[in-house]
Amino acid sequence: MPLQQSRPPLPGDDKRWKLINATMRRSGYAGHALIETLHSVQDAFGFLDETSMRFVAASLDVPLSKVFGVATFYHLFMLKPKGRHACVVCTGTACYIKGAGSLVEAIEGRFGINPGETTEDNRLSILTARCVGACGLAPAAVVDGDVIGKQSGDDLVAKLEGLD
Amino acid sequence: MNLDDLAEKAEEFRTAEAAVEREVRVCLAASCQSSGALPVFDALTKECGDAGGTCRVKGVGCMGLCSAGPLVAVADKDCDLAGSVLYRDVTPTDAAEIMGSVCGSPVERLRCPIDQPFFARQQRIVLENSGVIDPDSFKGYVAVGGYSALIQVLSEMTSADVLREVTASGLRGRGGGGYPTGLKWSSVAKMPADQKYVICNADEGDPGAFMDRAILESDPHRILEGMAIAAYAVGANKGYVYVRAEYPLAVERVQTAIRKAKRSGFLGGNIGETQFSFEVEVRLGAGAFVCGEETALMASIEGLRGQPRPRPPYPAEAGLWGYPTLINNVETFANITPIIRNGGEWFASIGTEKSKGTKVFALAGTIQNTGLIEVPMGTTLRDIIEVIGGGIPGGKVFKAVQTGGPSGGCVPAEYLDIPVDYDSLKTLGTIMGSGGMIIMDESSDMVDVARYFMEFCMTESCGKCIPCRTGTQQMHGLLDRIAKSQGTQKDLALLEELCEVVQATSLCGLGQTAPNPVLSTLRYFRDEYEAKLSGR
Repeated sequence: MPLQQSRPPLPGDDKRWKLINATMRRSGYAGHALIETLHSVQDAFGFLDETSMRFVAASLDVPLSKVFGVATFYHLFMLKPKGRHACVVCTGTACYIKGAGSLVEAIEGRFGINPGETTEDNRLSILTARCVGACGLAPAAVVDGDVIGKQSGDDLVAKLEGLD
Repeated sequence: MNLDDLAEKAEEFRTAEAAVEREVRVCLAASCQSSGALPVFDALTKECGDAGGTCRVKGVGCMGLCSAGPLVAVADKDCDLAGSVLYRDVTPTDAAEIMGSVCGSPVERLRCPIDQPFFARQQRIVLENSGVIDPDSFKGYVAVGGYSALIQVLSEMTSADVLREVTASGLRGRGGGGYPTGLKWSSVAKMPADQKYVICNADEGDPGAFMDRAILESDPHRILEGMAIAAYAVGANKGYVYVRAEYPLAVERVQTAIRKAKRSGFLGGNIGETQFSFEVEVRLGAGAFVCGEETALMASIEGLRGQPRPRPPYPAEAGLWGYPTLINNVETFANITPIIRNGGEWFASIGTEKSKGTKVFALAGTIQNTGLIEVPMGTTLRDIIEVIGGGIPGGKVFKAVQTGGPSGGCVPAEYLDIPVDYDSLKTLGTIMGSGGMIIMDESSDMVDVARYFMEFCMTESCGKCIPCRTGTQQMHGLLDRIAKSQGTQKDLALLEELCEVVQATSLCGLGQTAPNPVLSTLRYFRDEYEAKLSGR
């Protein structure tokens, strides 16, 4: 008879852990639900920390090394918290041809951060994406989830300055 | 259920809406939404009010001309895109005027001519419902004949009949490889196994390509129907749609479609009251280009790192969890329902000798009309770029068109008269790819373009095999030196040698094709490289 794996307790009282648990339950705590579960952690907390990865590893009965391997393999998973606002500059081919580089430079010039970094006051994170599929609107950026197209460096910086 | 029952159902859905005569269709695909289509939709809906009666406002999928969004089409209910009055760059303040014009003369100042070559020169098969039906409406899909191909297959055809039609159609994989679809299906069908899988590859990673996204957002049921037919033909009962997480709208619409199809008995157990069962689940990617490679994609569905493995065994023999698996691209599945409805021979009459049917392309870069088009195979590049695409804006001169993304190459001006099909493009040193076309004008620096693609491949390399992991890095270093005018003749020679080694020895398609953008720019624009070389 297979040994019944005992599942770990939720790491805390935070309601978000229940959401994550629900994702794993839906797939019967199968190991192949790892990526779905990490998506659900990131949706809930914004990034993956050690506590959450240990919890997921124990719940799905996969080695922590594998969880860390998957979390670091896929670009979308973040191991650090983002700032209050996030601006993703698309660097797909169409945007590159139409000057995505100048958008990144304009942001660097104004806020002093490179892609992947967050301002010291934790207000703004800059990221890049490999094509958000808005090629008809190149060059495009995604500010807090909204795609904005046909941007110039000045447009985008003004938009980012205008965030609270 | 047989075809008559379904036709009755479709009639019932149509009668329920008999009062509606005219429709105001607002494109609510991702690109138009980014240009502000949702407020336009709300304003039109408010303006239409309850007094609508014979007119209704409907959210639809992509109409193609993304650069002119938000697009709104006014048409008779049964009319397709070609028969509508199209408005461009619509804002919420235009709502009253548009609603006022529904039964009268069109609003000239907003008009986007529908008889311009961009629309007139297209042949829409894959995109036939795109921009016409409401992607979230199951009834809307059935009303235009949806699921009739599936019911026809289940009630009148054997698995062998389906394989024969698909083989006769000459359809080739639209993901870029161009492998004959009928052959692929037959290989999976003849595997003796209790469990088989069907996977729809919607991990559209090519930067600059958005065909699959638009199809999923505009006509998701068509993909599910195509997958179900495939499952019936190969003997599978479980399917996955693997979508990029970067396409939240597409994910949402596919999930809605799966839920509705299941509730109506077109997915799930005993479809159409037959023995055939087929379940579909969505799996999200997490931002890894290599997952577009089939073995990497399957690893990702299994919850692992998306690393490819050597083939053979091919997925048809041992795929997902070791079981025979059929894996096709979104556009390939989108072609299945018309092939079943009209027959393989009809499909084979479109296109060229070796490339049948139509192909959807995403036009982007420095071109007048950016957006999505569908043309018969064999249309020349010149027609696509100069006539349909409207040429290069701002009086600039065309320099090259890049097809096939990071695995493809550039085609310079002197070869623009070549017909677009799998084999012709290959002779030019590029590939069809999934359908992204990036147009570049004289201001593009080709060495920089090659460096851009190499940087892409370098960061996207999964790291499993050495030629790709190390080779892309070394090639990027050399290209960077040359682009900064610090390279020598020796660097260029080394770059060419590395291209050959990486091409010949990498494990998967990503590495094997990574040198293509370099080789192709070297082939046509070698002078640009040499002009940048310093010293000997």
